[in-house]
Amino acid sequence: MEYSVEVINLSKSYGKKDAVRGIDFKIKENEIIGLLGPNGCGKTTTIGMLLGLLKPSKGQININGMKIEKNRIEILQKINFISPYIELPKKLTVQQNLVVYGKLYSVKNLKSRIEYLTSKLRLEELLKKITGELSSGQKNRVSLAKALINDPDVLFLDEPTASLDPEIGDFVRTFLENYKREKKISVLLASHNMNEVTRLCSSVLMMKDGVIIDKGKPKELIAKHGRQNLEEVFLKLTRSKNEI
Amino acid sequence: MKFNRIYGLFLRHFFLITRSFPRVLDLIYWPSIQITLWGFISNFFASHSTYYNNAVGVILTCAILYDFLFRTSIGFNMLFLEEIWSRNFTNLFISPIKISEIIISLVFTALVRALIGLIPAILLTSPLFGISLLDLGVHLFFLFLSLYIFGITLGIFVSSGLLRFGPSFENIAWSTMFLLAPFGCIYYPIEILPEFFQKIAYSLPLVYIFEEARNILINQSVDYQNIIKAFYLNGIYLVIGISLFYYSFEKARKKGTLINIGE
Repeated sequence: MEYSVEVINLSKSYGKKDAVRGIDFKIKENEIIGLLGPNGCGKTTTIGMLLGLLKPSKGQININGMKIEKNRIEILQKINFISPYIELPKKLTVQQNLVVYGKLYSVKNLKSRIEYLTSKLRLEELLKKITGELSSGQKNRVSLAKALINDPDVLFLDEPTASLDPEIGDFVRTFLENYKREKKISVLLASHNMNEVTRLCSSVLMMKDGVIIDKGKPKELIAKHGRQNLEEVFLKLTRSKNEI
Repeated sequence: MKFNRIYGLFLRHFFLITRSFPRVLDLIYWPSIQITLWGFISNFFASHSTYYNNAVGVILTCAILYDFLFRTSIGFNMLFLEEIWSRNFTNLFISPIKISEIIISLVFTALVRALIGLIPAILLTSPLFGISLLDLGVHLFFLFLSLYIFGITLGIFVSSGLLRFGPSFENIAWSTMFLLAPFGCIYYPIEILPEFFQKIAYSLPLVYIFEEARNILINQSVDYQNIIKAFYLNGIYLVIGISLFYYSFEKARKKGTLINIGE
């Protein structure tokens, strides 16, 4: 199977309002694709449909060759998601949260999986701590551990380093790079951090008003639009009235 | 259906209960207060009313039964609301847990929560008022089971509303039981109600359960018709509730409530 994720002519409308209009993209195995766009452009709606939380109005999503509308549970078993806007139960310890989610994903050898993630994400000293009492950086690493608890084939990341200090942000980015290389997973990264996208993503989708207005490799987009970096390309595209 | 996922969701709530003494205290506190309060009222009625003559425990028994129903229903809703309050809702619904597994896990967890509150209350009634719920005999099991099913069904109805409309439906979750209480005929016979209210009451299983509890305690006889009618109505409401829950889930996926529910 060449593509882990295939999005075909995907649309979502709420009444007369179109949140996403006929978008297409694919993500290969061992590839990170960036999803960029201003707030309200349809990124969260797109990710919501990819996660099965939202029912598309039109179009199709295939993950690992299966249609999400017909195989939602099977697909959810092999994907996961991290976002600073959702949290793990605050009163539970880190270990309890990982056990709960390990059970929800029916993870085999859960103890060794937790030990592996704990070691990779430097969580050893946090396991017995209450999740709600952790710092943002610590919570972020715990959420990452939860997102990887089921050894996903596809990972959706929504601003995974938002509100993190540069050191922790760099740790997370390095971890994701290494983890993707090691496990050959497919990743869709929605972010407003252009340096992060330039560093991690092999290709970028630019969204505005529910449609993909441009796509390509970060360096190609920078050259195509005659700008110095991806942030300038982002600003040019989002501020222009007639794209491309 | 995977036992692991059902067990996983149960653990999520069990860990929460065991980690927080105030939560345990809260589970025990209200039923105990309720039972104590009604125990005194019960004593008063027993000495001033001919209706309850020689049946001191009737009101108190009905209070305990009603409290069990209340705890079960609110317990189910609480489990759902906990996910919303902790902003964990999305994490739960992007895990491969099926709707049927969510319902079974919450049904079981709600029972554990209700029993944590109920058992101390039952134990209190004997030394304080010399009354034992076991006077209802083996039929007590059927009455409790019937109340448990109806409590869960109400919980499923309210959770369907929470799924569909989000946290704004929360207040309904708290008021359901108070709205139904007058029609349940918990402390008085159905004849007390106006005729129109009686028609509503007869469409609920509660009236058959509480009429039968009083019948057993006061007349020392059992009318199995009441128990059967209660189970029959419970079955209908449970099927409607579960169907509504599935419908609300699909509706929430269409409307986007699952994404915005924590906000």
